[in-house]
Amino acid sequence: MTDRDEQAVSSAAPAQPSKDSRARRTLFVIGELLITAGVLALLFVAYQLWWTNVQSAQQTSQARVEAQHAISASGAEKPVSIGKAFGLLYIPRLRDHVWATPIVQGVERPQLARGVGHYPKSAMPGQVGNFALAGHRATHGEPFAHFDDLRDGDKVYVETKQGFFTYVLVRDQIVQPTDLWVINPQPFPTDPLPNDRIITLTTCNPRWASYERWAYWGVLTEVRPLSAGPPAEVSS
Amino acid sequence: MYAWLWSKLPGPTWVRAVIALLLFAVIVVGLFAWVFPWLSHVLGFDDSTVSMIALDLFGGGS
Repeated sequence: MTDRDEQAVSSAAPAQPSKDSRARRTLFVIGELLITAGVLALLFVAYQLWWTNVQSAQQTSQARVEAQHAISASGAEKPVSIGKAFGLLYIPRLRDHVWATPIVQGVERPQLARGVGHYPKSAMPGQVGNFALAGHRATHGEPFAHFDDLRDGDKVYVETKQGFFTYVLVRDQIVQPTDLWVINPQPFPTDPLPNDRIITLTTCNPRWASYERWAYWGVLTEVRPLSAGPPAEVSS
Repeated sequence: MYAWLWSKLPGPTWVRAVIALLLFAVIVVGLFAWVFPWLSHVLGFDDSTVSMIALDLFGGGS
């Protein structure tokens, strides 16, 4: 009995380790694959949170130069084509992110990566109607990262070839992505804003999930010709 | 898997290390340049961070 047991053990012994090591090798490869997947996921996070901003920073500085050229260009005003930067945006409250930020015609991905986008069918700065802008709140340059810091009464300055336009924010609302009315020329027909030359800033909400949109409206309070120089708050 | 790869690399240890690092760098560049932009698009990450109302209606045109 004891002999046979020992025999069985000794005869099984050579087979046992090979099965063991095969299982161990399989587990080892699975472990390697899991670690690889983890590293890939971390790299993807780095791409989203860091690299898209690096790329946007480059594109934004190019767009800023383009906007400065557009502002100082002589000659008649031409319709702005999609993708072109035509103005600069200054929001003192968001100074760290929105200061001489290029305003680019269009609100698709490539345009928003260069600054803030102008809804192409909305009014131009200073015009009667709604000068509507969109900006990323997270990644891709995230000009509106601190949108939640904005308050009623905050000033928004827009510089274009036509001059400096000062808007004062008066109202905000969190809306659904399908609420297209927010960029209407008259978003509140029954309770109109103080005047009919308005600005709308739109971004996503919540910051990292963005199943909603956040809109902030302001009204035009001052227009200065370029020759008068920038408003005090912008030049400081 | 990586042990096998390591055994396939030629040269002494330091040469293998350099080659391994270069391979890793090439893979990372490829990921950042092509794979991640595509993935972010497929997963809808860039759409969801696109902070706009109705991209389709107002994005195109004029």
